[in-house]
Amino acid sequence: MAPTISETVKAVASREMSCVEVVRASLKRLDEVNADLNAFLQVFHERSLARAAELDAGLADGGVATPSLLGVPVALKDNICTDFGRTTCGSRMLEKYESPFAATAVAKLINAGAIVVGKTNLDEFAMGGSGENSAFGATRNPHDLSRVPGGSSSGSAAAVAAGVVPLALGSDTGGSIRQPAAFCGLVGVKPTYGRVSRHGLVAFASSLDQIGTLTRTVRDAAIALSAICGLDPLDATSTDKPLPDLLVQLDEPIHWLKVGVPRQARSEANHPAVAAMFEDAVRRLAGIGATIVDIDLPMIDHGVAAYYIVAPAEASSNLARFDGIRYGRQATPAPGTADALTELYCRSRSEGFGPEVQRRIMLGTHVLSSGYYDAYYTTALKVRRRLKADYDAAFAAGCHAVLTPTTPGPAFKIGEKSGDPLAMYLEDVYTVGVNLAGLPGVSVPAGDVAIEGKHLPLGVQFVGPAFEEAMLLRVARMFERAG
Amino acid sequence: MSSADPSILSASQVRKIAALSRLSPTDEEVERYRHQLSAIITYVNRLKELDLSGVEPLAHVGDTTNRLDEDVPGPTLPTATLMAMAPRTWDAFVRVPKVIGEGGGA
Repeated sequence: MAPTISETVKAVASREMSCVEVVRASLKRLDEVNADLNAFLQVFHERSLARAAELDAGLADGGVATPSLLGVPVALKDNICTDFGRTTCGSRMLEKYESPFAATAVAKLINAGAIVVGKTNLDEFAMGGSGENSAFGATRNPHDLSRVPGGSSSGSAAAVAAGVVPLALGSDTGGSIRQPAAFCGLVGVKPTYGRVSRHGLVAFASSLDQIGTLTRTVRDAAIALSAICGLDPLDATSTDKPLPDLLVQLDEPIHWLKVGVPRQARSEANHPAVAAMFEDAVRRLAGIGATIVDIDLPMIDHGVAAYYIVAPAEASSNLARFDGIRYGRQATPAPGTADALTELYCRSRSEGFGPEVQRRIMLGTHVLSSGYYDAYYTTALKVRRRLKADYDAAFAAGCHAVLTPTTPGPAFKIGEKSGDPLAMYLEDVYTVGVNLAGLPGVSVPAGDVAIEGKHLPLGVQFVGPAFEEAMLLRVARMFERAG
Repeated sequence: MSSADPSILSASQVRKIAALSRLSPTDEEVERYRHQLSAIITYVNRLKELDLSGVEPLAHVGDTTNRLDEDVPGPTLPTATLMAMAPRTWDAFVRVPKVIGEGGGA
């Protein structure tokens, strides 16, 4: 198995391996698997090796403290801007787009000694739950190539699961980190809204979007999050609340751990394997002394409906910037038509955006349009308030975390749901509410199910109170260690 | 959800939404979007059955106060870099089809 972040940093710091050796191994693995997985849209062979050599030279000079991600090869979801290479968002619209600046989270990773080996495939503009909506082809699940890795952070999850990198960044607007983490057997963290700067993350739904991590262990997630969180003057919604040390108490069990299990987590719509896995997970927690409390989160059942109003509404506004004039794809102008500029906008956008993105822009435009605004948008925002209140009540009653399955089923077949957008949306039942409420959530591997001779991973989700990542990761670590 | 009412949106409504969205779907696409959007709208209509009286809408979970920056110039991106991203330029300008006068429209 490829090394974790902890193992990599240790090996590099002790000179057991050089950064160049680490990056070579990562690139070798990448080149072996990418033809099958289609996880990477862009690979920085020379650039990453040059950066590794630079870090090795710095190490040889000695004297500096070891940064937390020294020599760690990382992959970035391709809606996160880099000031080198392209940032395509998996879209024809931005096929050739080169960002003039880097996302704050990327700058922080690089400052911490990480080395970017490539940009990963995704559902176009992060809209999707399977990876199939990329303009550059579907990503495949390393556990079963006939299945999706989940999405929208499809390539990031596949890259970590295949052992190419120990860390990939994703973005999570309604489950886009946690759901692929569950489908690929990884730890996926969506931090509290405001923890990680969104500067340089191409906006999908600004009140929901957060950058987060995909790793193989909870400890690696804690190391990576420590590096990317923090106040950023370039994102007015980033928080000035200090981030507590995520590592110092990570392995210390929480005494009197209390976990809330909502009635809605035991939905009849869950796949039998998920239902069985979930009862195992509850038993595992009880086995390490946790008190399991039955709770009721009635708004979970309405989260998907509220989400598919709020997220498209914000998307329709955010994606209005793609007009084909200032940057991005421009259709060939048709001179002499009556309304040439509007025509140019429409043609550029219809050529540049894929069907799911167009569907969501239209849905968002509809729910915000005159005569429908209150019936849809305002109603959804009221549900959002109630949903947050549901979670707050569980935490006020003393729950350290709320436990649900991450997804109602295991990874599905490529093509199985792509013709039915609504069926795809219903996969998000357990994850979208966490974004609407702005809470931190983590998906942790919780077993697998054998289907057609392949072992498909399953995951559980822990949701914590806002800004309590340190406690949430301790809960996740207790669960992981008891497995 | 299988009980989606395809008449919830008419083709002309879909065309109107598309125009507002600055999209130009083909007739075939209009029909497909009409069905898919109708199914989604049928599903989200379930929210109308909830009693939400007295509940304040929540648009954003973050702090509701603005954080003001110091009024000092910071680094900016070079004009040439930004201009280089535009698909069509003329001299120091971004080029667009004529918007005023004959053949224009806004």
